[in-house]
Amino acid sequence: MALSGADRAAVRALWRKLGGNVGIYATEALERTFCSFPATKTYFPHFDLSPGSAQVKAHGQKVADALTTAVAHLDDLPGALSALGALHAHRLRVDPAHFQLLSHCLLVTLARHYPGDLAPAMHASLHKFLSHVTSALASRYG
Amino acid sequence: MSLTKAERTIILSMWGKISTQADAIGTEALERLFASFPQTKTYFPHFELRAGSAHLRAHGAKVVAALGDAVRSLDDVAGALSRLSELHAYILRVDPVNFKVGGGGGPQGPQGPQAPPALTQALPPAQLLSHCLLVTLASHFPADLTADAHAAWDKFLSLVSCVLTEKYR
Repeated sequence: MALSGADRAAVRALWRKLGGNVGIYATEALERTFCSFPATKTYFPHFDLSPGSAQVKAHGQKVADALTTAVAHLDDLPGALSALGALHAHRLRVDPAHFQLLSHCLLVTLARHYPGDLAPAMHASLHKFLSHVTSALASRYG
Repeated sequence: MSLTKAERTIILSMWGKISTQADAIGTEALERLFASFPQTKTYFPHFELRAGSAHLRAHGAKVVAALGDAVRSLDDVAGALSRLSELHAYILRVDPVNFKVGGGGGPQGPQGPQAPPALTQALPPAQLLSHCLLVTLASHFPADLTADAHAAWDKFLSLVSCVLTEKYR
């Protein structure tokens, strides 16, 4: 389903609220992904994956920056994420299913930190946005 | 797949708190499910699905009550949910993907007509009822849903999903 005007407005508004903390939440989402879905650790053999790891924190910030870029380019996600898509498809070869596991963990993380803001309608808009990001990242696989 | 002792302890200790808000949690999880995954509404043509509807509240309460049965029988979830498993497989015929969070295989579920193409190729992961339950728990019990607790709940809900779909063939 395409992102409606209401979805875009909701995602932008939430992102403004998250402000400079997106990195913290993306890091927590990564930690939760590794904890709940240990198979995802396979992509990070070179990382220290213990809780509080500086490498995971740095990676969380990268993920956050990419998501913030995506929010700024909701009209052209495939274009904005093209380079990242190529990286994940051709070099990193991440199974696209794993992006959705990260999305799940990000939504749980945000619900913990902003319980009042993640009502079903906002949750749905965010889920849609993350699905489109996932799709843009996976579009170079074929 | 079975739960470790530590995971059972987590589930049991959180269940005490959950059961005091059981109806609200079940209802909210369903509201999230229908909002994020509108295709799941197909199983409820006979329901009024607006937020706060009596049907939603009653069904949400049933869902959480069933989870409670599973929590009280962590040694034999299959036995505890046997009747429900038959109901979902033979009578309701809910596509298994609708229960799942991640992993565990299973057929891909229905996708909306305009779903981005890549999603139809991916395995059916997060974001259906188990996901919506997790997000609901995270909203209500942010301090309790540590990464370990989150992982324990993901595993428990995957186990429940497996049991509910094991009678499909």
